[in-house]
Amino acid sequence: MMVFAFYLFTLGVIAGGLFTVVSRNPVHSVLWLILAFLSSAGLFVMMGAEFVAMLLVIVYVGAVAVLFLFVVMMLDVDFAELKAEMAKYLPLGLLIGLVILMELGMAFGAWEASEVAATQLSAPMPEGVENTAALGLVLYDQYFLLFQLAGLILLVAMIGAIVLTLRHRKDVKRQDVLAQMYRDPAKAMELRDVRPGQGL
Amino acid sequence: MANFFSDNPWGIALWIVATILMLLVPLLVSLAFLMWGDRKIWAAVQMRRGPNVVGVFGLLQSFADFLKYIVKEVVVPAGADRFVFFLAPMVSLVMAFIAWAVIPFGDGWVISNINVAILYVFAISSLEVYGVIMGGWASNSKYPFLGSLRSAAQMISYEVSIGLIIIGVVISSGSLNFGSIVASQDGMGILSWYWLPHFPMMILFFISALAETNRPPFDLPEAESELVAGYQVEYSSTPFLLFMIGELTAVVLMCALVSLLFLGGWLSPVEFLPDGVFWMCIKMVFVFFLFSMVKAITPRYRYDQLMRLGWKVFLPMSLAWVVFVAFAARFEWFWGFYTRWAVGS
Repeated sequence: MMVFAFYLFTLGVIAGGLFTVVSRNPVHSVLWLILAFLSSAGLFVMMGAEFVAMLLVIVYVGAVAVLFLFVVMMLDVDFAELKAEMAKYLPLGLLIGLVILMELGMAFGAWEASEVAATQLSAPMPEGVENTAALGLVLYDQYFLLFQLAGLILLVAMIGAIVLTLRHRKDVKRQDVLAQMYRDPAKAMELRDVRPGQGL
Repeated sequence: MANFFSDNPWGIALWIVATILMLLVPLLVSLAFLMWGDRKIWAAVQMRRGPNVVGVFGLLQSFADFLKYIVKEVVVPAGADRFVFFLAPMVSLVMAFIAWAVIPFGDGWVISNINVAILYVFAISSLEVYGVIMGGWASNSKYPFLGSLRSAAQMISYEVSIGLIIIGVVISSGSLNFGSIVASQDGMGILSWYWLPHFPMMILFFISALAETNRPPFDLPEAESELVAGYQVEYSSTPFLLFMIGELTAVVLMCALVSLLFLGGWLSPVEFLPDGVFWMCIKMVFVFFLFSMVKAITPRYRYDQLMRLGWKVFLPMSLAWVVFVAFAARFEWFWGFYTRWAVGS
């Protein structure tokens, strides 16, 4: 049962990643990417890391991929041109892929996993502690400062983006929400009795 | 026989399928009547009769509609992306259904009692937006596309405040499991449910749920007067039916969430009555009644007002509330009103 699920999710990740690259339509690419994310979330669940799996789904599938899709849907891409470009860059891409594959092979060829590491990988948490609680203990106790620092970096990035894009233009009409809300019917409307043939 | 269902792999699979059917069939049947009730309430507010022809009091109206949708012709617009076009309503329906896997109706009455249940529901409800986006994009038409873009922005915006409100409840109960969350609301009957300590957030959650499920007054993705019917314009027949069922199931899911998080789930409001599934259903129907009433009595929001409400009002309020609850729970303010951890576990 577990083996079956594992192969299902692995197939999902590999197929998703492959079709993300080769599919011609960018929207389809994003959809395949989502399949890859979901399948890897399934793999996390199988490893007992359900909190990480849920975060993966919430953050990547629920937010990041939606924004991707948002942007990609707006694109007006000439697919034929894109394909021609792909043929041009195919040798370079293959070369880079090959180099990375060889590096991975060299790194893992000399890799000797100890027995202890293997058992620790399959049981990363102490007995009787929930996944979420275990992660919280590590993040908020042991690596508290680093965690705060990561948040600070994100904050800086956010403020930077706002500062770069925020500009006050004087020549546009802006709406004043408070003024809109405090309008009342007595001031905004006037009832007139219009006589026939006379008008206002 | 008990051995067969817990040891044999085929038995386990059979048992899982049986539990799923035990949940889905009553859910679907009750959806039909909730749909009918929704229309009846709406009609009553507007002093109309509502559906009253098919069956007694029009009770079978939803089933008639169901048949009508099934037998109509499926129309695929020219230039539509056929695969994504048909995938979208399925995604919408499946996402709405699989979230129910972790929703308990009574003590232990749940298909899958996982530790991160509430995160799971949150993740699935954030995936529901894909049905809308894919449907809008694949239709190859302007109105659906605009509707789906609106919907995407709206759902992402209100998810943020829903998440923060849920964090507040989770801090109070000390668990992500619905069973423990409900158990931590046990004690003094109706007074110990989280609607009281988390009172302002319950209203915020309710409003965010309206926005998240595209219900009026936040039904901008399908605003008839501007977008015809938003992302559903090009859909007909069964795919349209799937969208409708998916949407309504998401609404009922939100009703279940409100009753689990804030109204004590299956707990009885007074101590001398027993807890049970009955209370859960009553609470869900009550929240659904509120949903219908809101639909009947509120005018639609303008899009900029919707975004302003989500980002400038709800987000700061719920964020401040999380900080407040964290302090109240840590330092046991209000006689430990916000910390009831020990009760659940």
